[in-house]
Amino acid sequence: MKAFTTLSGLVCPLDRANVDTDAIIPKQFLKSIKRSGFGPNLFDEWRYLDHGEPGMDNSVRPLNPDFVLNFPRYQGAQVLLARENFGCGSSREHAPWALDDQGFRVVIAPSFADIFFNNCYKNGLLPIVQPAEVVDQLFRECEAQEGYTLTVDLAAQTITTPAGQVFSFDITEHRKHCLLGGLDEIGLTLQHAEQIKAYEAARRQAQPWLFA
Amino acid sequence: MTAQTLYDKLWSSHVVREEADGTVLLYIDRHLVHEVTSPQAFEGLKLAGRGLWRVDSVVSTADHNTPTDHWDEGIKDPISRQQVETLDANIKSFGALAYFPFKDKGQGIVHVMGPEQGATLPGMTVVCGDSHTSTHGAFGALAHGIGTSEVEHVMATQCLVAKKSKNMLVKVNGPLAAGITGKDVALAIIGKIGTAGGTGYAIEFGGEAIRSLSMEGRMTLCNMAIEAGARSGMVAVDDKTIDYVKGRPFAPGVADWDAAVAYWKTLHSDEGAHFDAVVELDASEIKPQVTWGTSPEMVTDIDGSVPDPAAEADPVKKGSIERALSYMGLTANTPVKDIPVDIVFIGSCTNSRIEDLREAAAVARGRKKAASVKQVLVVPGSGLVKAQAEAEGLDKIFIEAGFEWREPGCSMCLAMNADRLQPGERCASTSNRNFEGRQGQGGRTHLVSPAMAAAAGIAGHFVDIRSL
Repeated sequence: MKAFTTLSGLVCPLDRANVDTDAIIPKQFLKSIKRSGFGPNLFDEWRYLDHGEPGMDNSVRPLNPDFVLNFPRYQGAQVLLARENFGCGSSREHAPWALDDQGFRVVIAPSFADIFFNNCYKNGLLPIVQPAEVVDQLFRECEAQEGYTLTVDLAAQTITTPAGQVFSFDITEHRKHCLLGGLDEIGLTLQHAEQIKAYEAARRQAQPWLFA
Repeated sequence: MTAQTLYDKLWSSHVVREEADGTVLLYIDRHLVHEVTSPQAFEGLKLAGRGLWRVDSVVSTADHNTPTDHWDEGIKDPISRQQVETLDANIKSFGALAYFPFKDKGQGIVHVMGPEQGATLPGMTVVCGDSHTSTHGAFGALAHGIGTSEVEHVMATQCLVAKKSKNMLVKVNGPLAAGITGKDVALAIIGKIGTAGGTGYAIEFGGEAIRSLSMEGRMTLCNMAIEAGARSGMVAVDDKTIDYVKGRPFAPGVADWDAAVAYWKTLHSDEGAHFDAVVELDASEIKPQVTWGTSPEMVTDIDGSVPDPAAEADPVKKGSIERALSYMGLTANTPVKDIPVDIVFIGSCTNSRIEDLREAAAVARGRKKAASVKQVLVVPGSGLVKAQAEAEGLDKIFIEAGFEWREPGCSMCLAMNADRLQPGERCASTSNRNFEGRQGQGGRTHLVSPAMAAAAGIAGHFVDIRSL
């Protein structure tokens, strides 16, 4: 997994609540058997004026000039600022893959859907929960100031605004450890293989019908 | 010993080890695998030279990409076909307890197939790379959707890295009125707590109304726990659970049956167990539900009207309503009964089981599709559901009513195959999500129960099934 330590990145504000994973990456792109290449189809139905299908040359498709991701001032953004319940809907990991492929490393919102939130960590994408009033403030500042960047420090668990205001955020020790080190979680778990085998043997004894 | 909730019991019985910060390795009993969220996981295993930790935990089928007609012509879309063939190849090389490929008589939507095969059992942990895995909680199992990295993790280690959720009890008191289904209960709950109301919680559904639901109704309800934000929903085990499981292909055999049942009967919340949140609904107040917007919480009942954004004070909510009405092509204050539909979809992991088809057929019997309705699709959840429905003559009822009787699969719930809405088309759908573009770009979805969907197909607009 890709490591995350610190980032100073341009912020793109997506001012909608309940942004679902169908909106983040529409279903027709889920037919891919790869993990990469989803970036150009991130928010496809909002981002383009035509209907997108896999295999199209996205560079020649008509862009929706009213969609925030297409504004010249937000090109190259690495921090997505969002509203409540971001990432609701399906479990498709293609959603964080698409955000990552587009260049986003951080998503800040008042709340996230559980599965999406979890999927982000597996891909070196950092989802940060902040109180609604802080998110409101960041939206105001971001829209008022072109080139608005935020600095995120995972080790310190802080977000710093251009004016120097610092907000802290929560993360579990396990997730922080894995993200900072870019660790292979499967490899970590397999260090406990003997414990898993012992658990499994006891379970087989107690509930043999669960085993073929 | 302190009183435990059902979720507490399911969780603690699967903890392999726990870290100081509460992160645990949670043992997984059943891993359901389909073609969309597994190819990258199998690829990861191959790249790392890993195999499946436990082949007999995997049960698999192809469902999202499969066509629902002209099976003799195979899968025409080459990208869809490649994804299904990739699953075939992966199962062949990695193995599984059971695999129901495209066209197999046991093939079907993974959340219909699992329970009907007895591959979902009380007391299990069940995962799948699909958010509607919450369905299996209807059996007193701990079941939830996972992402593809976690699919690979479970394949390689039989465990998930997880943190315990909080406990929520949603209690639906009193008996349900006639004609009210699990779908109406689910939508009424989401209308009350919102699509993020269950975020961070595991929801147990209880109360007289829930106990009165059939296993199919409980599956519909738990299926939609995710639309309330909860990764898992569950219902305590009772005689209905045990009767449903008995005799299914992967259910315990005679030698283990009594011991299994004795254990399963402990799978309920203890008297006095602590819930972090309790939500109560009065069943008698639940009427047939219809969504009007682009989120399942945007719901009212058949006597209701489309809301007026002018009446909403919160600017974010007001904006959401305005955007939803614009997308849905609806005017504020329009009575739900005045909304016409173009298409009807009866199917999906929410509502494609035999009981759902019986309810739709009861409405369709002796009636005809409205001339203004372009298409009514009836898509059974699995090959076994299809065979059962045909044995009962339900297919003939649908065909005589002018409905289309199709092959099993996910179909127009998410429109990954050829079944999809055209821009602007309005659909009465028994599926689970009314998100923008969910059933086809520009398509407009209204979520309803199977009987309500069938009735809309007959009348050409929403009608109260209680008045039929």
